[in-house]
Amino acid sequence: MKKEFKVIADLLPNNTRVLDVGCGDGSLMNFLVKEKNIETRGLELDQNNVQECIYKGLTVIQGNAETELYQFPDQSFDYVVLSQTLQAFYKPDKVLNELLRIGRSVVVSIPNFGYWKVRTSLLFFGKMPVTKTLPNTWFNTPNLHMCTIKDLYNYCEDQNINIKKVIGVNENNTSLIKRSNLEIKNLFSKLGIFLIG
Amino acid sequence: MPSLAGLFFWMNRKIENINKITVTKPLKLDCGKTIKDFPLAYETYGVLNQNKDNAILVFHALTGDQFVAGTNPVTNKDGWWVTAVGPGKAIDTNKYFVICANVIGGCMGSLGPSDINKETDQPYGLDFPVITIKDIVRAQESLLDHLGIKKLLCATGGSMGGMQLLQFCATFPEKTFSAVPIACSSSHSAQNIALNELARQAIMADPVWDNGKYFLKNTQPKNGLAVARMVGHISYLSEQGMQEKFGRKLQEKADYEFSFNADFQVESYLRHQGSSFVERFDANSVLYITRAMDYFDLSKQYKGGLVEAFKNQSTKFLVISFSSDWLYTTKENKDIVIALNASGVDVSYSEIETDKGHDSFLLNEPEFLKTLKGFIDSMYEKFKK
Repeated sequence: MKKEFKVIADLLPNNTRVLDVGCGDGSLMNFLVKEKNIETRGLELDQNNVQECIYKGLTVIQGNAETELYQFPDQSFDYVVLSQTLQAFYKPDKVLNELLRIGRSVVVSIPNFGYWKVRTSLLFFGKMPVTKTLPNTWFNTPNLHMCTIKDLYNYCEDQNINIKKVIGVNENNTSLIKRSNLEIKNLFSKLGIFLIG
Repeated sequence: MPSLAGLFFWMNRKIENINKITVTKPLKLDCGKTIKDFPLAYETYGVLNQNKDNAILVFHALTGDQFVAGTNPVTNKDGWWVTAVGPGKAIDTNKYFVICANVIGGCMGSLGPSDINKETDQPYGLDFPVITIKDIVRAQESLLDHLGIKKLLCATGGSMGGMQLLQFCATFPEKTFSAVPIACSSSHSAQNIALNELARQAIMADPVWDNGKYFLKNTQPKNGLAVARMVGHISYLSEQGMQEKFGRKLQEKADYEFSFNADFQVESYLRHQGSSFVERFDANSVLYITRAMDYFDLSKQYKGGLVEAFKNQSTKFLVISFSSDWLYTTKENKDIVIALNASGVDVSYSEIETDKGHDSFLLNEPEFLKTLKGFIDSMYEKFKK
């Protein structure tokens, strides 16, 4: 399981109820069910991924998070997880509101557009960045609303969304992000994982 | 008077060797009438294991019967769901014990309008009580007792079979570990009622129908019944699927005949479907079963609507719809998912991309069959623990 999922799994207490939005082939859910006795539900767009989940005995609903989160009742999950998809929605602010409506807490991870390699690509080469976390080129990227860790941090504060924990992730280490170290972490974290709500 | 049903030309079928139980428990129907000591015909495939935890109940659709797999011994054609059920198939009869019962109101051995009414010693015809999906499902309950099955591994069905399944889960919430409703709806839509009405009117407009008394003349309203079947077949396909399959292709001829014979392949197809149907199905049964479908509205049975219907449900669901199905649309299937979700039920959902329309669940649709197999196999792993 990839490092990001390990960090997310650590944020989720045992025996809780979790909705994984954009659950892919269900590898995070599978881990949560087996290792942490968490009751999971997934929402996934891709038919092959849905099939994978069903083969694993996981509960998954095929659908589009942008338009179909309304089907989940208010506060029906302890946690809602959204991994690296927020930037791909037409209206990420609305999706975020929906996640906060459904879950008592929400875990959102974003590829950090403030990461130094991203910044230098644009600054020195004048090109849209292509990195491991942002593998697509400008014309085929699914990402419509790129943001930085700082952007999302500020957004949560502006919207009075309670920030419980923010973790910066790199290949070898993870670190806690606070208002006091936001500038530096925003420069050196590839990925930001927010626990909010 | 000797048994008139025996005179029925379409009953000249090898129907005597069909498995049947007699349901002795009186069943009070939704219409208020009570039936008892009635026959319920069924078929099974595979072997029930010692723990009795490998049983799968299949509900058949409008014109189906209990012969799901293998060869139908009455028509000598393939069972209606051979694509999905059989040795090594998605529902593997080497592993699972598959059960299917003929619906009451039908004409393959279960009590129906062509059976003899003991009070008049004649076939019921229109004296047969109007039945509902709930009646159909409740009539099947004693079959599980008869087979010694306390809890099914899975229950499944497409179209009207899916409607029976939803009713089954709501009425008997503890009877199955998992459920796969396919291409169905929790209440019949206006469009579907309209199409059923078209089928019924076609039958009733045939003078041979004679208010349902055609059996007295040892015949069947073939023309009307065939038209009813054609209506059905159009609704089972999609516009795109039909265009791809038939287009404007002519039926074994180079040019138009300038007549009203079946010039086009699509006409020939519909005529064939119509005429082969009248050999195996009773016109009055079509009236009764389509009526049962039209009356189906699960939410109406519960004060709190659908959400209430699925409350206290521990059954694990997989709802499947087909993208080009305009008879039981993805939206209608999703509404079931939403209600199940709102009731806190464990529900998965998959929409299969296909241009084959409503018929898809009967066809060799690999993605559909893979999903079905994956779900049932994983449910078995959980259930047998």
